[in-house]
Amino acid sequence: MRDLAEPLAAAPAVALAGLRKRFAAGGAVALDDVSLQVGAGEIFGIVGRSGAGKSTLIRCVNLLERPDEGQITVLGQDLLALDESGLRQARRGIGMVFQHFNLHHRRTVAENVAFPLEIAGLPRADRARRVAELLPLVGLEAKRDAYPAQLSGGQKQRVGIARALASGPRLLLCDEATSALDPETTAEILALIRDLRDRLALTVLLITHEMGVVRSICDRVAVMEAGRVVEAGRVIDVFTMPHTLVTRRFVAEAVGDAVPRAALARLPAPAAGLQRRVLRVLFRGPHATRPIIGEVASRHGIALNILAGRIDAIGGEPFGVMVLSADATAATLEEAIAWMRGLGLTVEELAA
Amino acid sequence: MSWLTPTLQDLLLEAFWETLIMVGVSALIAVVCGLPLALLLHATGPGGLSARPWLNRPLGLLVNAVRSTPFIILMVAIIPFTRLVAGTSIGTGAAIVPLALAATAFLVRLFENALREVDPGVVEAARAMGATRLQIVWKVLVPEALPGLIAAVTVALVSLVGFSAIAGAVGGGGLGDLGIRFGYQRFMPEVMATVVIILILLVQGLQSLGDWLVRRLSRR
Repeated sequence: MRDLAEPLAAAPAVALAGLRKRFAAGGAVALDDVSLQVGAGEIFGIVGRSGAGKSTLIRCVNLLERPDEGQITVLGQDLLALDESGLRQARRGIGMVFQHFNLHHRRTVAENVAFPLEIAGLPRADRARRVAELLPLVGLEAKRDAYPAQLSGGQKQRVGIARALASGPRLLLCDEATSALDPETTAEILALIRDLRDRLALTVLLITHEMGVVRSICDRVAVMEAGRVVEAGRVIDVFTMPHTLVTRRFVAEAVGDAVPRAALARLPAPAAGLQRRVLRVLFRGPHATRPIIGEVASRHGIALNILAGRIDAIGGEPFGVMVLSADATAATLEEAIAWMRGLGLTVEELAA
Repeated sequence: MSWLTPTLQDLLLEAFWETLIMVGVSALIAVVCGLPLALLLHATGPGGLSARPWLNRPLGLLVNAVRSTPFIILMVAIIPFTRLVAGTSIGTGAAIVPLALAATAFLVRLFENALREVDPGVVEAARAMGATRLQIVWKVLVPEALPGLIAAVTVALVSLVGFSAIAGAVGGGGLGDLGIRFGYQRFMPEVMATVVIILILLVQGLQSLGDWLVRRLSRR
């Protein structure tokens, strides 16, 4: 497991250590010894299937859910040591955005955004002033007097975000914030979250079941399965070199480098005396722009077929993944693989 | 309309007034007692804001016991209590005691249902923002459930009109009493018909008013 134990430059915004949680006695384990650190100012994603425990985990960060064991330090405060009023105070410094927005149906946009301030006992005039600052931030000035039922999903989530930011939190928790939205709106909301992180120096912890969300805005990611963090690290590392099967499946969805069985089956059989291997070749950094595939074909005289591939960039770092079928003699294949590895490419043989 | 003598007119007016008093006062008592009880049941229920099974179960049982007792039996059964509260067991004032009791039990359950309809996500959001339990109750649960609570009061008012007629028949006065005494016992079907028409209009009016309020408040 990479990066988890790696000390972060600044004090972490969130530090979870050894969290365990079991719902009913003897029931399924929701969290099984989860530890992770979220650095101040980063966007940290937790990805997993439903039931993997990510929802329980994010709820532990503001103690909506109490772990059976473990330590939770948020913005330097040991949350489990706080009494009820201390916890309420701490929660006011942690914003939360929800999948189903969770807006008050009988309050207008402005009244929804003002709600956390009302709870904190801010005078009416100050609340109005703050709301007037927040609505332009999420592009909803024109909707201030609308009721949630009159808004689109994306607009509702913008209200949710403005509300979460009302009390000026330094940490924003996003619980599947885009899972109820269409792809276009998802992209807008993610761009907004990233923009707000940059402008307000927020730390963002989000959970999602979509690797695409992680790819587009996260700096680091943790992959959860059955209550455990099975893999974690910088997004580019996890995407290009997934270590576990779960991660591989998630990455395949987002990168599109799953072996296309149908395409493979349609290829004519290799010529007599030649072997066929299926290779997954990963390029990173400068290699991503070099015509290596062509070189392999011409230099080693290998018949190559590109089965799947993608060239992309994560966090500004270009990478390419390609799934190739290569027909050649065993010796030539070994030679070519060695040559590519020599250039710093990652080459894996996949089951043909 | 020759049957509608000035005396009968006065009687009808007085009976209508008694019905309004019985229904209105007992409904008011039922709302004032029922809402806190419903909130208490809701909050102490499983998964509630502060789950307390030892309080929730007996309270729920008590409410159900009152609710499952037929009104006419309840009225007779609590006569000693009625005497204690109202000083008498006959008349409009005394009728209010069992009416209010029955309506409270009835409303508690209806209120509880309305509270249960509130999106738990909104409550969770308020918790995440650091709201106190009281703030969650008064700034989230009650306002969000308001249309449902009003609908519940409407249903209770309509039922109370029916109950008040029963209460009237055993000495509480009101339209039901008038209908029985004149319409039935003195063979004056016109009086019976008039009473029935007034009751229908009253129920219809209450229902329409309630529906209009619910529509205005829901914002869905």
